[in-house]
Parts: sequence; structure tokens; C-alpha cells
Amino acid sequence: MNSISNFPFQAKPLIVSLALAACLAPGLAEAKPFKWSSASDIPTLDIHSQNNALGNGVHAAIFDSLLYYNSTSFKLEGKLATSWREMSPTQYRFNLRKGVKFSDGSPLTADDVVFSLDRARAKTSNFTVYTQGFSRIAKVDTNTVDIILSGPNPVVLNQLTELRIMSKAWAEKNKSLEPKDIRVKEENFAHRNALGSGAYMVKEWQPDQKLVLVKNPNWWGWSEVPSNVTEIIYTPIKNEATRAAALLSGELDFVLDPSPQDLGRMRNNANLKVIDGIENRTIFLGMDQLRDELPGSSVKGKNPLKDVKVRKALYQAIDIDTIQRVTMRGLSQTTGALVAPQVNGWTKAVDTRFPYSQDASKKLLAEAGYPNGFEVDFACPNNRYINDEEICQAITAMWAKVGIKAKLRTMPLVTYFPMIQRYEASIYMLGWGVPTFDGLYSLQSLVRTVGTGGDGNYNVGRYSNTRMDYIVDRIKTETDLPVRNRLMTEGLQLQNDTVAHIPLHNQVIPWAMKKNIDVVHRPDNRLDWSLIKIN
Amino acid sequence: MLAFILQRLIQAVVVMVTVAFIAFLLFQYVGDPVVILLGPDATKEQVNLLRADLGLEQPFFVQFGHFLTNAVQGEFGLSLRQGAKVSRLIAERLPATLELALVAATLALVVGIPMGVYAALRRGTWASQLIMTVSLLGVSLPTFLIGILLILVFAVMLGWFPSFGRGDVVQMGWWSSGLVTVKGWHHIALPAVTLAIFQLTLIMRLVRAEMLEVLRTDYIKFARARGLSNRTIHFGHALKNTLVPVLTITGLQLGGLIAFAIITETVFQWPGMGLLFIQAVTFADIPVMAAYLCLIALIFVVINLVVDLLYFVVDPRLRVDKAGGH
Repeated sequence: MNSISNFPFQAKPLIVSLALAACLAPGLAEAKPFKWSSASDIPTLDIHSQNNALGNGVHAAIFDSLLYYNSTSFKLEGKLATSWREMSPTQYRFNLRKGVKFSDGSPLTADDVVFSLDRARAKTSNFTVYTQGFSRIAKVDTNTVDIILSGPNPVVLNQLTELRIMSKAWAEKNKSLEPKDIRVKEENFAHRNALGSGAYMVKEWQPDQKLVLVKNPNWWGWSEVPSNVTEIIYTPIKNEATRAAALLSGELDFVLDPSPQDLGRMRNNANLKVIDGIENRTIFLGMDQLRDELPGSSVKGKNPLKDVKVRKALYQAIDIDTIQRVTMRGLSQTTGALVAPQVNGWTKAVDTRFPYSQDASKKLLAEAGYPNGFEVDFACPNNRYINDEEICQAITAMWAKVGIKAKLRTMPLVTYFPMIQRYEASIYMLGWGVPTFDGLYSLQSLVRTVGTGGDGNYNVGRYSNTRMDYIVDRIKTETDLPVRNRLMTEGLQLQNDTVAHIPLHNQVIPWAMKKNIDVVHRPDNRLDWSLIKIN
Repeated sequence: MLAFILQRLIQAVVVMVTVAFIAFLLFQYVGDPVVILLGPDATKEQVNLLRADLGLEQPFFVQFGHFLTNAVQGEFGLSLRQGAKVSRLIAERLPATLELALVAATLALVVGIPMGVYAALRRGTWASQLIMTVSLLGVSLPTFLIGILLILVFAVMLGWFPSFGRGDVVQMGWWSSGLVTVKGWHHIALPAVTLAIFQLTLIMRLVRAEMLEVLRTDYIKFARARGLSNRTIHFGHALKNTLVPVLTITGLQLGGLIAFAIITETVFQWPGMGLLFIQAVTFADIPVMAAYLCLIALIFVVINLVVDLLYFVVDPRLRVDKAGGH
């Protein structure tokens, strides 16, 4: 430092910054890339174009949202918003973090927030599920934004976790004011490029080959996190054996979706480790409870699944522990509830299963008038959930023991989902994740009578119960949290009592990585980019 | 000559339209992309709106008609999965597939022909027996298994070669090449070998059989009687005549290499057209699938046309017959 003081005063800042650069240089030299992979690529970099789980997770590295779930507690915490207040049941006020900059150095202001939230509400956006109930977004001053709601909405804060903020000036300059939509026959600049304020920024994206993110030096949060990663390189690898090989050979640091058959080998490998985390996704069976006769069933003139005794008989004939142990190789958490434990409304009581008992099941069938069982169609996806096809095969065998001859049909998700949404399935499998961590998300979609605005949109069995509808509609507007949670628990209990669906288990998601990698396993199956550490 | 080419071109168009039609028929059963596009939370109204906007509600022949009109202009629309122009996606992927196919074909020829010649000339020696036995493996092992085995041995156990991808490519105009860097060759080694093995063994066995055949002919006997050296007889006379059918087969196989690189590309995550196609199938990305199938049909048609024209040039009888007939 002595030598610096000999220089004339004006030159000092330059010298200091040169010295700083020299200090930083060794750090740069040992750049730490984090190389990871999963089966498919992100669909787009446009944050409002496709509501895709993997894409949303990656966008969270490049863009910040006002709030996000804390990776360990999974409680809401402020990101771009430092504090928020409910001004009235239909008005929320958010104070923005001061001094936040986009990765190009331009400041992030209330204008960008208003612009981005409005963009998420555009006609071509696929994020309108997260802006439901938003009536207007208003700038109060440079650092304050109001969200005006069309009615009381208790999950507005949860919705904001999936609404990320992009630069208004950048979007204007690049003619990307509206999200790209496949209806628009033009490619959008924001599809392959991005400018956000997140921890990382895009260096290069070759779709299906490579996405390179580099550390955003302007990110506001670096001082709070232990990460030493400088670059995140994502290479999708479709073939699971190749993906496993690339991890074993050291070409990758991390695999998000190792295949179940490779796990044993990875766990035993001295250089690798596997972390299991419970995903916030419940797998269950649904049953048609509307049609008067089921096609493909041996019962003519009536629908046996309308009888709660039959539904309970199907439930009690399933040996879920065997499925957990054998089919899932321990990688599942059996459940009696329609939602995972992290979801509001879940209680230990609603998670209690009807016990597995073939005798009880046969007795119920006899009481319902089917002492010899019956034939029924059973549909399952074969590439959507972990071991989906195998689970359904196991259940078919278990039902056969009580006389239910399920005619199992499995198909890929692209044909399966349209089929069940045309209400063609008698018994079907579905998995339901809850991005809002709020029971309403499940109850409204799964057990509310089919209606408009998301009511019963995946109530494929068309279960309908007036008490349930009343509960769901009250939860929608109830803002008193304890009351609301009680209502959700009541709804979940009612689903169990009426056997609207047969819950099976919550998925356990294993992540495989090198021994020297530290990550936090989030229940939404996303990496927290700022918490990755390479030792 | 001109009439012949014209006739062939008309046939080619018929083939292309037929392929497009069959492909389109199949697409009715590959599933509904709308479900994936909108995600599980979409309302029924959104789904119906999108289906209508994409034209998926229109009758089959109307959709097919639209497709044909656009395809003739080289316009295949936007990929549903990637939101990019299909023509651009294919142009980006074409170099990877062509480089892989060319390297594999070269490998198959450069290794296959000498081995075939050796097996024919040194018939009965243990070395040629070994070559023949190993070649049986090459013909019968499925490609994905060979690929996985190579990855296991050379990437995981020995760590000599990377297990996936194309490495860094160098952009030359619209062509991206992995063949100008050492790293690129590193990456192409395993997939090229995997893709080449079947062709290699095929060419080898073909060369051996043809060679044995030719060595029995009279002109070889005469050549021996003339006292020519073995070297001249084997390579100057026998091999030359052996190569005519070999080159024909190789030409046709090149089309196969390009079209059926799908499996190799999937195993090695090689960013070519085959991988693009497989990903399009899982997503029910109809524009990409349609464009790919039409392109492959075009490649086959063109190669066949070239081969037909070559026959025309090579075989004088064909020309005489035609001219005499009219």
C-alpha cells in the first residue's frame, strides 16, 4: 500500500481498482462451474410464456420475484419486496428493496414491477393462473407498488412467488412487451434472451444442448449466501443411462432426476451422494362418480363407483406399504391425505389411512351388492409420475384378490391427460403438486363441483358434494388464517370420509450429485441457485 | 435423359406427398400438445381457445391441406415446444447429424474394406476367423447397447472420451462444425463408432463375399496365367470389380445413417435431427415431426435419384435400351 500513497491523489481510485482487480484475479482463475443435467431442456427464457416446472425453476436463477419460499423453512420471504402490508382486504402494498439492479446495471423500479405483473396478465401469458383475482397493479412511488384485488384473496402472496420481474426498458427496446405465444407466428426476442435481476445471468443458450449462466455481480443478495459457484452449465441429457454415466464419469456435478434403477449404484459410489427429499406432490386414484353406467364395466345400468362402500372397498384392498417397499423401493411417503404435509390445511388426523384389509374390502363389496366383485376400466399414465405404470399394475393385482377385475390401460402423458379430461376414464391416476403450498389449490381443483374459473378443473371423477362446495367457496374469500386453515382441514377430512379419491403416497425425489457438492433439497424439486456450494 | 429425370422427379413428389399424408395420419394419435403447453392448471376455456387458435379443431383434410401449402413454400411453422421456426431448428441441427453420418460412413469404409479384403485373401487363418466372428456381434448387437457399452468402458471406466454432447462447436456461416477442434473429435469418437459399427461389419462381409466371388472368375485366372503379381491381381483387378456393388450399397446406407442416427443421437445426447425428432415425439410437437419426416423422405428420394442417374451413366445397356425403345 505504501507504493500507492506515492501516487498523486487523482490516480488513486484507478490504482485501487487495479489492485482490487489483481486481488480478485486468482478468484476468477479458479472459476467454479456447476454442471448439472436432467432429461429435458427448459422450453423458453420468456418468464410468462410457458408454465413449466423446470423452466420456472431455472427462471428463478435469472429473475427475482417479489417473494419466494425460503429453501429450508419453506415459509414466504421477501426477495424484491422487503415488506408488505394489507391495506384493505383487496389492496396489498409492497415496499421494494432499494438499490436493486438488473444484470446490465440499470436500476429496478416500481415501473418494472408494474410492467412485469401486467405482462403476466396479458392475453398471451400462461401465467394467468398466478394472477387470478388481480384487478390492477399500481405504482405508488419508485419503491412502492400496490396490487388491487377484485375480491379478498388469501393466497395473493403465494401467487407472487411465481411471478418474476423483468426489465421494462429492455422489453421495450427488444419488442418483447407481450409474452410469446404459439398463436403468434413470430419468434420473440425474449424467448432466447433474458434480462433479470437474479443471481445469475444468461451467457449462452443453445436449446436442447447447453444453457450457460454466469454469476451476476450486481445481485443484491451475494453477501448473504455462502455460494462459490461462478457458472452454472445445464446440459439436458434425455437418455437416463447416459445421464447416469456422465455423473459417474465426472462430467456432471449434479443430476436432478436420476432413474430409480441407477440409485443403488450411485449411493454405493464413493464419489457420489444421493439426497432424498419429499416432493410436494400427492399421487392418488380418482373414480368416476357421475356417469350412470361405466363403459367397459360388467355392471350394467348403474355405476358401482357412485357407492361410497365400493370406493372404500377399493381403498382398503390396496396394500400401500407393499407398494412403498417393493414398487417404490422405499422412495415414497404413504399418505391418507390429498395433500403433502407442507401444505396448509394438512394435519396428522387427515393423514390417517383406512387400514389395509382384504376382509373389510370384501365385506364392503358384499354389502354394496357385489359379493363377486365386478369388472372396471383403469387408466394410468406411463411416463408422468415415478413408477406410475408399476404402481397401477400392483394395484390391479391387489384388487383382483377381492374380486375387482380392473382392466388396466397405460399410456403416455400426451394421450393420457386429454383422455381423462374428456371424462373417458372410470378409474384413473393423478398426481397433484401444490405450488402455492395452500390446500385451496387442491380442494378447488380436485373436489369442488366442476364449474368455471378453475373450480373442479381436475375433478375428473366429477365428485360433487354441496357441503364441500360450501367449504371451498368459503376458503376462497376467508382471510382469517386460523379459520381458513380449519376449513381446509375440514374439506380434506370430508374428502376422506366420502372417499372422493384414494390417496396413495407423496413422491420422494432423489437428487444425485458429487460428494463435494452442497445443495438444499427443496420440496418443489428446484435448486436454490444461490445456495449451491462446491467444496 | 431429361424425360427420365422428369419421370423420377414426379415419382419423388408422389413419394413425398404420401409420406406427409401417412405422417399426418399418425399425428392424430400421438396425443395433444395443448395439455403440455398450458400446464395442468389451465381452465377448459383456455384449452379450447388454444386448440381453436392452433387449428387443431379443424377437419383432418383441412389441416393437411394447410400443411401441404406451407410445406411447398418450405414453411413448417413454429415448433410448439420451442416456439422457434421449425426451419431454423432443423438448420441448426442438420450439421451435427451430417457430420456424424459422414464420419461414421468414412470410418465404415476405411476400416471395413481393408478388413473385408484381408478376410477374403487370408481365408481360414485365425485372424480372419476372428474378424468374421466379431463382425457377427457387430451385425447383431442393437445400437443402443453398443452405445451404452462404449460409454461404460471409455467414458465411465477409462475416462478417455466424453459420454455425451458435441463439445464446443465452431460456427462457420450457418454451419456449426465440431470437426475443426480436437475436443470436437473427442466428442464425436464414441457416437461415430457406435453408428459405424453396423455399416462397417456389413461392408466388411459384403467385400469379403464379393471378393471371393471375383477371385473365382476367369479373368483373375487369366491374370494369374499372365504372371501378374498377386498385388496387382488383388488390388488392381479383383478389388476394383468388388467395389461397384459396395459403393452402391454405401450410397444407400448413407441415407440410412442420416435417418436412423436417432438411436445413437439419443444415447449420446448428440444434438442432431434425430434427437430433435425424439424430443418432438414426447411433446407431440407436430410441426417438427412433420418437417423431419418430410426431410428424411427428401434425402432418401434424392439419394435414390442420384443412384439411378449413376446407373444410367455407368451401365451403357440402360442407355441403349431406352434410346432404342423409342
